[in-house]
Amino acid sequence: MILAVIVGLAIGTYAFRLAGVVLRERVALPTRVQVLLPMAAATLLAALAATATFTDSGVFAGVARPAGVAVGAVLAWRRAPFVLVVVAAAATAALLRLAGVE
Amino acid sequence: MTAAAARSILSDRSLVRDVGALGLAVFAVSISFGAIAVTAGIPAGLTILMSLVVFAGGSQFLAVGLIAAGNPFAAIFAGLLLNARHLPFGLAIGDVIGTRWWQRLLGAHLLIDESVAFALAQPDPVRRRRAYWATGCTLFVLWNVGAVLGVLLGNAGDPNRLGLDAAFPAGLFALLLPTLKDPTTRLVALTGALVAVVTTPILPAGLPVLMALSGLLLLAVPRRRPRTEVSS
Repeated sequence: MILAVIVGLAIGTYAFRLAGVVLRERVALPTRVQVLLPMAAATLLAALAATATFTDSGVFAGVARPAGVAVGAVLAWRRAPFVLVVVAAAATAALLRLAGVE
Repeated sequence: MTAAAARSILSDRSLVRDVGALGLAVFAVSISFGAIAVTAGIPAGLTILMSLVVFAGGSQFLAVGLIAAGNPFAAIFAGLLLNARHLPFGLAIGDVIGTRWWQRLLGAHLLIDESVAFALAQPDPVRRRRAYWATGCTLFVLWNVGAVLGVLLGNAGDPNRLGLDAAFPAGLFALLLPTLKDPTTRLVALTGALVAVVTTPILPAGLPVLMALSGLLLLAVPRRRPRTEVSS
């Protein structure tokens, strides 16, 4: 039963992945749509970042995580190195939790 | 990937460092995935198999939870809903992966949020391809080694205590920044992100992020042109 779930999920997920990649090559998209595609991808990624920042399993994620992400975001905006952005975000969230702020 | 291509990736120090930084966070999360899955009663071998063949973190956690709750159909359905975003991702960066069939077949499996984000952040096609493959391969190895480790440990503690849940969105934001410099993209992306956050409490997992694409509708709204003085 578990194996069936894994196989079903794997085939479906790979189908989504491959379909996008192959369609891109096979279908002649109008220039206007081609311009929209990177924008669509950026929008999906922004939505992923935002939901991962503010929510956890459909409910508000608390204070520590958004605060950590905010510190990372400000550093990124001030052109800090990527590694620093990621580490500072994690460290801020971890320290806040250590201090009892969830 | 040829040896020369691998060498050229390794020569790009900043890329290796940046992918490595996000990779460590992914590694820790995958250890907790392995541990949580075996604790939930998924056999060790199947846990590792799932990591290898699904390779999409969010849907793996979701599936484990729903399997444990005795709801296998929901595990497939919810997982696929969460992974539907990979189709538009593939459409957007399909040309980055390569033109040969084996490249597409293999590269498609490496299509994850991080490989898309790193590719989009690069200024030219050569670097986009390099970033895509480097990110995809690195995270594939780390994700699965981490899952094996988690299965063996059985208890990895909570990665949130290390603040790793803040690392992924912060990294994603940093990668998106150059793209968001364009005012139109910024407007569309931020509107979409807002829609996703607001709809998250009311819609099943996966749909809110897809709903963000409604931000593209803003492009259909006729925009007020900046008034230009008619020179007489």
